[in-house]
Amino acid sequence: MVLPADGLIQLTPEGLYCPAAEAWIDPWRPVSRALITHGHADHARPGCSEYWAVRAGEGVLRQRLGAGITLTGVDYGEVRRLGGAMVSFHSAGHVLGSAQIRISAGGESWLISGDYKRDEDPSCAPFEPVAADVLITEATFGLPIYRWRPGRQVAAEILAWWREAPQQPSLLFAYAFGKAQRLLAELAALGVEEEVLLHGAVQALMAPYRSAGVVLPPTRPLSELPRGESLAGRLVIAPPSAHRSPWMKRFKAPQTAFVSGWMAVRGARRRRGFERGFALSDHADWDGLLRTVRDTGAGQVYVTHGNSDGLARFLREERGLAAEPLGRAFEGLESEEGEMEGAAAASVP
Amino acid sequence: MQAFADLIQQLERAAGTRSRVDALANHLEAVGPADGAWALALLLGKRKRRLITGRRLRQICLERSGLPEWLFESCHAQVGDSAETIALLLPQLSLPPAPPLELPLAEWMEHRLPALAVLEAEAQAEAVLATWAALPDGQCFLFNKLLTGGFRVGVAAGLVTRALAQVSGLEEAELAHRLMGGFEPSAAAMEALLAPLEADATAPISRPYPFCLASPLEAERLAASDPAGWQVEWKWDGIRAQLIRRSGQTFLWSRGEELINASFPELEPVAELLEPGTVLDGELTVWPAQATQPAGFGPLQRRLGRQKPGAALLRECPAAFVAYDLLEKGGQDLRPDPLSQRRAALEDLVRRLPETASTPAAGLLRLSPLLPLGCWDDLEALRQQARSVGAEGLMLKALDSAYGVGRRRGLWWKHKLEPMELDVVLLYAQAGSGRRANLHTDYTFGLWDGDGRLVTFAKAYSGLDNSEITELDRWIRRHTTERFGPVRAVDPLQVFTLGFEGLQRSSRHRSGLAVRFPRILRWRRDRTPESADSLSSALALLVTSAR
Repeated sequence: MVLPADGLIQLTPEGLYCPAAEAWIDPWRPVSRALITHGHADHARPGCSEYWAVRAGEGVLRQRLGAGITLTGVDYGEVRRLGGAMVSFHSAGHVLGSAQIRISAGGESWLISGDYKRDEDPSCAPFEPVAADVLITEATFGLPIYRWRPGRQVAAEILAWWREAPQQPSLLFAYAFGKAQRLLAELAALGVEEEVLLHGAVQALMAPYRSAGVVLPPTRPLSELPRGESLAGRLVIAPPSAHRSPWMKRFKAPQTAFVSGWMAVRGARRRRGFERGFALSDHADWDGLLRTVRDTGAGQVYVTHGNSDGLARFLREERGLAAEPLGRAFEGLESEEGEMEGAAAASVP
Repeated sequence: MQAFADLIQQLERAAGTRSRVDALANHLEAVGPADGAWALALLLGKRKRRLITGRRLRQICLERSGLPEWLFESCHAQVGDSAETIALLLPQLSLPPAPPLELPLAEWMEHRLPALAVLEAEAQAEAVLATWAALPDGQCFLFNKLLTGGFRVGVAAGLVTRALAQVSGLEEAELAHRLMGGFEPSAAAMEALLAPLEADATAPISRPYPFCLASPLEAERLAASDPAGWQVEWKWDGIRAQLIRRSGQTFLWSRGEELINASFPELEPVAELLEPGTVLDGELTVWPAQATQPAGFGPLQRRLGRQKPGAALLRECPAAFVAYDLLEKGGQDLRPDPLSQRRAALEDLVRRLPETASTPAAGLLRLSPLLPLGCWDDLEALRQQARSVGAEGLMLKALDSAYGVGRRRGLWWKHKLEPMELDVVLLYAQAGSGRRANLHTDYTFGLWDGDGRLVTFAKAYSGLDNSEITELDRWIRRHTTERFGPVRAVDPLQVFTLGFEGLQRSSRHRSGLAVRFPRILRWRRDRTPESADSLSSALALLVTSAR
């Protein structure tokens, strides 16, 4: 299913496009003007002449796309005119500086959700419900088997897991941008004040979070720890790509765990070869997706990513909404968070 | 049941063998004999009875949740397991809160679950829903598994016996032996299992010995030894079995510890000729009395699983027991003796049989012949003859070795023939289950027929490494042409070399051929689909493999 050719938002080879605003949303290729929902690599790509994003995400974007990019920062909720359209960014609760983008023109409004979640997260602003006529939503975890427990509760289990192994290093694998900082913020909220060691990829994201005022425990890059200093009882956070890489040679008999929404399923836990899997996600779970669709009041829904077919069918048949998957166009995109689970991220033929 | 649920979780999480064995031993000690017996039976996979079908459980879940069935199917495809899918969907059922329910595992297995199973439709649904509401998260999955009979834990039997040894102070081999021939869980059975040696007077007369198993040949290790120290035999292409004659009764056990007397009634007369307290290790084959070699695996397959074979089948596919070894003589365990002595005793036993045997017993008990081997250089030529005598390769056993428990690398080697090979084209793929849920790992392959069409020929599940599986999975998703439920038809572009042990004609398969033990040997990225093999090349192999 492709978006209507004369609609406010259209699908072009570069990605979602709004002719009225002469702007693309999270384009896949370099374009003249890009509206960015958030800084993950599958949403923010380099090479565009002009970027628009929320101020809270500016630090991360400049760091990832280059300090010299032309970037217009806007505040959450601030309405700006772009060509013939009104554009506003609204908090998505996904990661620091993440946004849903609302575009209206000619009496019609569209909301592009980007990635979002409804759960509490001390490392970023909470999701803001926004009304729109048409919604384009993600469905990364668009199955009713996915239902998240509160992040604080999962963090408490992670803390217990760490505390139970004072003799060995505890290696926690989590996405470097977003998940890692959320975990650190949750640990701080649980009273953790001791230093946590970080892989370089996680370290790179710490400055934007600290300058945004997120309360975090002290951290240090692992590389700055003197050689020979014991790692027993230390918590180390690294991106999943570091698992079984030469980087791990430094650890003698560590315990390992992976934090991801995919860990809700036993088979996925066993397949990945981590000793523990903690199910925690920065995406909406099934109930979160349905609630968001309801909150927007949209009569027309387009679904991208993950189980886009299934969510669209459910909305159509069980909720009586006009809903279609935009699956094909969004398939095969390497998601920064989904990189480890290409199989699950792409489920449409 | 919480203790057992915790154990399962510990086993899944524990990294090393040591901690898994410790977890098992701690659990067995902590829960006492009744729950321990059930834990043991479940861990060893000796309890697979289905009390409620997965379909019924799903129906109860769906009726309550109001979720459409197709959505359940999508969830199942992602999870790869019904019991777990249902457990994950329980929050969608908005069950009323109930006081937590904690009962011993034995209580569940012996009373609660069987009682649920016999309830009528509506009462059953209500009872299941009430149980779900009362069980903590981790136990719902276990409850579903135990109810639907699909419980399996990834823990090797060897680890379980090691834990039992740790708990009881007995040898692992002794415990493996005591566990043979079925374990009916009860506190008494558990106590008997762990009883000190002298107290174990209650061994059932049917109890088989643990089979000694061979490892694939490591030629370098063998070359360093003297050929004269080895017994060389054909590796017969049947099923491994143990024939027991004790106290006037006969017990024929398969390697899977199934009692199969009833399927092979013709062996009874010859078993009756054995002196009391005799146990033979051997191969069950279909081997007509006058034939010089067995009839192959196909005819044997017709006999397996047939509880009471008819007269015609008995005539067409007569069975024979080919003896490899003598494990017990006059009630005495010969396993510690060197193979050379056991073999001499076996030959003596078989030699004396025909003198007393009446004609119907002739050819029913055969001695696996010894093969002469002067030097290691002759080994290959010998192996190449295997197919022509109806064997699948060679066995090499150290003459001075005792009969071990399980696979003890270095004493017994198997040296099978190279598999037959064909280059085939991937046609369909289906997601696996468990660890492979949501990964396409079940493949169907085709060969070219005379009209330039690809005909399905074989299925294979294994042979690729993890990175190849992931890569192929991506490829399959991008090249799906059609979907039939969980099965995807793909562009016929990928070629694989398929290895298999044998071929036979089959009217049930579209290609007219059935393959034995197919597995992927190589992913042939260098090959185009046009260069794949045809049905006629498969038929040519059929001719060479038929004798």
